Amino acid sequence: MSNKEKHWEKTKGLMIITLIIWFVFGYLIFMFGSDLNTSSFMGYPLAYYMCAQGSIIAFVVLIFWFANRQEKIDEEFGFTEKEDD
Amino acid sequence: MFKGNFIDNLPKIYGTYTGGFFIFIILMAIAEQAGMTAKTIGILFVAFTVCIYAIIGYLSRTVQVDAYYVAGRQVPTVFNGMATAADWMSGASFVAMAGGIYFGGYTYMAFLVGWTGGYVLVSSLLAPYLRKFGCYTVPDFIGTRYGGNFARFCAVVVLTLASFTYVTAQINATGTIASRALSIPFELGVWVGLVSILLCSMLGGMRAVTWTQVAQYIVLIVAYLIPVFWISNKAGFGFFPHFMLGEEVSRLGALESQFGLVKNAAADIKAAGVPGGLKSIAVSHSGVPEGGMAAWKFISLALCMMVGTASLPHILMRYFTTPSVKAARKSVAWSLFFIALLYTSAPMLATLSKISLIDPNLPTGIIGKPIAEIMQIEWVNAWINVKQAFIADFNGDGILQLNEWFMRGDVVVLATPEVAGLPYVISGLVAAGGMAAAMSTADGLILAIANALSHDIYYKIIDPKADVRKRLLVARALLIVIGAAGAYIASMRITSILGAVAWAFDFAMSGLFFPLILGVWWKRATRQGAIAGMIAGLASGTAYLIYVYPKFMGNAPWLGIDHLRFGIIGASVCLVVMVVVSLMTEEPDKATQQMVDEVRVPSGKTILGKQH
Repeated sequence: MSNKEKHWEKTKGLMIITLIIWFVFGYLIFMFGSDLNTSSFMGYPLAYYMCAQGSIIAFVVLIFWFANRQEKIDEEFGFTEKEDD
Repeated sequence: MFKGNFIDNLPKIYGTYTGGFFIFIILMAIAEQAGMTAKTIGILFVAFTVCIYAIIGYLSRTVQVDAYYVAGRQVPTVFNGMATAADWMSGASFVAMAGGIYFGGYTYMAFLVGWTGGYVLVSSLLAPYLRKFGCYTVPDFIGTRYGGNFARFCAVVVLTLASFTYVTAQINATGTIASRALSIPFELGVWVGLVSILLCSMLGGMRAVTWTQVAQYIVLIVAYLIPVFWISNKAGFGFFPHFMLGEEVSRLGALESQFGLVKNAAADIKAAGVPGGLKSIAVSHSGVPEGGMAAWKFISLALCMMVGTASLPHILMRYFTTPSVKAARKSVAWSLFFIALLYTSAPMLATLSKISLIDPNLPTGIIGKPIAEIMQIEWVNAWINVKQAFIADFNGDGILQLNEWFMRGDVVVLATPEVAGLPYVISGLVAAGGMAAAMSTADGLILAIANALSHDIYYKIIDPKADVRKRLLVARALLIVIGAAGAYIASMRITSILGAVAWAFDFAMSGLFFPLILGVWWKRATRQGAIAGMIAGLASGTAYLIYVYPKFMGNAPWLGIDHLRFGIIGASVCLVVMVVVSLMTEEPDKATQQMVDEVRVPSGKTILGKQH
């Protein structure tokens, strides 16, 4: 497998992990909304908290994490951009 | 004052600008104490901020193609994040979102999840690759990846349909705010709004829109957060509302069961003469509706908004302006961070507003009190007079019940400062914020349409030999034409029949989502597949919309997929057709496959040249 193919394999892997986490915070937890709401977080009913703040914060953190991981992958295979590109 | 080049000085420039804006707010507060009327303060707020945007627009004028289309690809990560956030948050997000949560509670908050989660798709599937491609517009990518003018043309059609659905609502919002703040008729307000919008974009294209959007973001976020924090502190709910309103949310649940959530019969509402568009609270604030169908409705709406986000060209094109692929990825993260500042505050504002009004133990509470007494309150009177609020004593006991208090959703943002007893200067600030939100989104949308028509239709298809001067002239002329068409439709006041903002997301996802992501992630995707997918997706989505929308054919939705969610049908058809047709046709040639390989790595030259 060429360098490029290996790089793409890893990139795909990261994409799939990212989308799994995205699915959990975007959909999976809301399939059990009424069960979540029986517990609370900082005084908020949990399902309410997750759509008001929890999932949104999770998405922000997820994208920053993704961007950093992808940079590491690019570095590993020598595909980092040069400054003057 | 500023040495060196413009980009290096950005933090200083916008720091000074923000400081200046705060000084202006303080000056207005002093003027209010000195006896300036609320009306004058409103006019000054809107006029002052719009003039600043116009000056930025003028200073960013350009005669270069890459500056006009992609801001010279030198917008730093964080600033592009702010610009995207302003581009994204529309007048509706600013004015109507808190109201939506106020009336819709948990069920409505599917929009919050949907309008933020889409950025995960943008960052992981699209933005970095489109940046590497080096295109000027979204159809530019479709046209080059799949080859041929017809694919390009189909992408322009989807883009125009989706963006135009969205833009009339934005021009409508600028018109409403301008007419209210400047005390002019709505029809005139629409044209004043349009002129303001064009002043920001005409001379400098993407470059001018970028730098005005950053300025607009600062105004809109300040205008949203100050009231939320101020109200929370003043009423004693806690100094940091986001972490401290848990008790109030639970209290709302208790009050709901105490008063009872009554859904008024349509006949009663009509008999009492409640003005159109006004609602009473009939849905629980934080309660989750039971059953699988309710859960499906929540996640299907979130799905449509997320996939739609990742297909809307005016958002995707913002990531063409970063200096590198790496910066494009980071910039998506910053965009969502800046969006989250407002989106996490909207539920807090809705909670504050609701508890202030319905808790009988609070001095601001009106529910459970005698109607004659409530009618003495100044703000109640003011809003009833302009038909934004209404009291209908259904049971005739002279006491205001929860289901007897009607208001328009916008009132939550516009009136809560007044209800909580904040000075008028805050209302002026909120008007300026709403104007900034509506203008920035309208600018992004009009530019997306005009750029696609000028670059993809005029330059790439009609006249590939046109020189730079002619191309930019056409681009600017189209900007005016598109804007005027949007303003004309908005001034006819038919936006209510044009349907919801959500439609723009559904149109975009029906026609563009899979052709875009498969263009990067599936080498086997062919031109015929993409064309068939775009046409079939858009056609089936539109047909389903007509089939299901109450004002058209009004048939019963299939599996709960109503007119807000028709993109699910369109995008599914698009995917199936695109895959089947691609597999039936010959695989793309070597050059195309190499191009896709090249897009997948960040280093090296962009596929399309700096000037093309």
